[in-house]
Amino acid sequence: MDISRRDLFITGGKILMVASVGATLEQITGAEPAPDKYKMADHWWGMIIDVGKCIGCGNCVRACSNENDVPEGYFRTWVERYQVAEGEENLRVDSPKGAIDGFPPSSNEALKSFFIPKLCNHCVDSPCVQVCPVGATFDSPDGVVMVDESYCLGCRYCVQACPYGCRYLHPEKNTVDKCTLCYHRITQGLTTACCENCPTGARQLVDFKNPKDPVHEFLRQNKVQVLKPYMATKAKVYYKDLDGSVR
Amino acid sequence: MRRLFHEWGHLIRPALVLLAAMGAFLVVRAAVIPKEFGKYGHFRPGALDLVRSHPIHYAGQDTCVMCHDDQAKLRASGKHAHVACEACHGPLAKHADDPSAVKPKLPDVANLCRRCHEKDASKPKGFPQVATVEHSGGVVCNSCHQPHNPHL
Amino acid sequence: MIAGVDGFMYPNEVELQWSVLIVLYPYITGLVAGAFILASLERVFKVEAVRPTYRLALLTALAFLLVAPLPLQLHLGHPERSFEMYLTPHRSSAMAMFGFVYLWYLTVVLLLEIWLEFRADIVRLSQTTTGLTKIVYRALTLGSQNVSPAARALDDKVGFAITVIGIPSAFLLHGYVGFIFGSIKANPWWSTPLMPIVFLFSAMVSGIAVVMLLYMAAMKVKRRPIDMNCVDTIAKYLFYTFVIDFTLEMLDLIHRTYEADESFRSLDFMVHTRLMVSQIIVQIVLGTLIPLALLAMNQLWTFAEKTRRLMYAVAGGLTMIGIFAMRWNVVIGGQLFSKSFLGYTSYKLDLVTREGLLPAIALMLLPFAIFFVLIKLLPPWAEEPTH
Repeated sequence: MDISRRDLFITGGKILMVASVGATLEQITGAEPAPDKYKMADHWWGMIIDVGKCIGCGNCVRACSNENDVPEGYFRTWVERYQVAEGEENLRVDSPKGAIDGFPPSSNEALKSFFIPKLCNHCVDSPCVQVCPVGATFDSPDGVVMVDESYCLGCRYCVQACPYGCRYLHPEKNTVDKCTLCYHRITQGLTTACCENCPTGARQLVDFKNPKDPVHEFLRQNKVQVLKPYMATKAKVYYKDLDGSVR
Repeated sequence: MRRLFHEWGHLIRPALVLLAAMGAFLVVRAAVIPKEFGKYGHFRPGALDLVRSHPIHYAGQDTCVMCHDDQAKLRASGKHAHVACEACHGPLAKHADDPSAVKPKLPDVANLCRRCHEKDASKPKGFPQVATVEHSGGVVCNSCHQPHNPHL
Repeated sequence: MIAGVDGFMYPNEVELQWSVLIVLYPYITGLVAGAFILASLERVFKVEAVRPTYRLALLTALAFLLVAPLPLQLHLGHPERSFEMYLTPHRSSAMAMFGFVYLWYLTVVLLLEIWLEFRADIVRLSQTTTGLTKIVYRALTLGSQNVSPAARALDDKVGFAITVIGIPSAFLLHGYVGFIFGSIKANPWWSTPLMPIVFLFSAMVSGIAVVMLLYMAAMKVKRRPIDMNCVDTIAKYLFYTFVIDFTLEMLDLIHRTYEADESFRSLDFMVHTRLMVSQIIVQIVLGTLIPLALLAMNQLWTFAEKTRRLMYAVAGGLTMIGIFAMRWNVVIGGQLFSKSFLGYTSYKLDLVTREGLLPAIALMLLPFAIFFVLIKLLPPWAEEPTH
């Protein structure tokens, strides 16, 4: 009895090993994908925001919501209003429903006040991609951070890791969602929905790999900053005239 | 040492259970792991196609201009030259695909113009803005201003 | 104005992402690690006094370990995809380690050690019981009936080796959870190199306390005398571990207060308002200072046996509540303030939803139910000595 059981173990083990090796080999040799007009290697996407041009109309928030079917109460992009007074404790910041309906009238008493549009910064060293346990969020070779909604577990670790608060859990899909830089548009030669609909040109999509892109001149001529530079995320959304009070 | 390992036969059993489980795992893994995972980085290359397959709702002003030449020319000579068509008219990719079947609604002028042009302390000083109540006394904006070229 | 929000939060921050279930998970794995460390006190460090709790501690660890993945599964948006952690683990993510560390600890450390420790009893029970029970025990023997002295001596040596490997494995099982929080630079309440160590020591405190409480309760139920030397020794180790844990937490607090970086004002305000009950009152006063005082008194003076038992029971119970509060304050506290440092939100704990209070209570009771089944299956109290 004992001998035949041993044989069973050994033979079974051999079969398992052959099967696993065979199945793995089959996966490695896959079919080639169809040719594509858009070449990821030719692009490196980002955005430039001219704070001095933003009028807080909220067009970008509405446009993004329409274009990407963003669920109500969640935001792939939003606008914040800063009303700065003397003394740090007197700073007032608000973003009513992400500014999807614009803003109520501002106070006239503030020292200065302005609008700051925000979105995913598509960081090069994104902490969100770093922490995803399965590779459901990733950066594409052309510099866009996205979520694979068919692979995401919905653990929300990336939401915790993002310093900018740009991610949320989609209430119906139960996967994490965020700005995709309208990847479905920019890979077809269009601009993002927010930039398309910004009436003042405060937001502009840029492609660092395009030598004729206005971003090069923009970075040369202006004092620019990224949000939370000390986080060293290598954010790719550059703000012109970003005030120190901006969080 | 040899005396210690004299009767080790029973220890084979948990070891075999473990090995069998590991073998089974490797077989299952090879079967269900997504194809070409890791090709461009630690993700499923199909994800790029999934994102790109999202339908487009804003056609983009270059498309609008292809048919609406007159409005485009009028706009280009005025202050709204850099305001996209759909910024006021809403997402119209469906209309661009089938113009006669999908008729766009005219925007709600009063609220639309106010959203950008209502005077506010946070707006940039150089931006054209008015306190609409004092400015027009309740008269709707396009009674005097042509939206495509609003300068009077 | 958004309900429950004071000041300004980024729009996506208002809703908390990690609920009470994510508080429960480190609490449960902490109990596993702590119970195992107590078991290793006897096996590896030869503290003979705690011998009566050795098997109990192993079974406690197993009961809690079996429940550990459940709060995570309930929390996931797509629990059916959790197998992906085994398919394509992202090596830069601490969370990806979970699947492998858990399996390693469950199989190679806990199950193997329990099997080796109980093997003689399993073989005996497979011969003496009948019917379905006999089949269960036969399966558990894995086909070997060899319980000769030589085989058992080998079991003893191998069990020792596994316990030695088990200690760093237990540290890994719970330490990586601390790292999951401690490595998030975006969150200043979490981001500190001390986090894995604080988690580990508080885990040891809670694990030792739970075994002590379960031992005293089990002896009371079985109407057996409580070995006071054993309990006194456990209480001593609980005290030492607690002192280290308290020191570490105070170090974190003092360091934050002294450096007073950008986040400090916002966090300080949060602790004094939204975390007043859970941190100041429950975690620090009730859950740390009072148990420490009770345990310290027993190091300085001798009390009557009945008094000691009462003091230990109170200290143990308060400790377990306090360590839960600590997990609550880390997980929930870390999400109550805005990363803009300009506002605060509130945590809405529902009752009967997937991540509500009732499932959380059920998950906390489940390990005790499993523990009850385990001690029936593998009685920790041998009739004759096994070593």
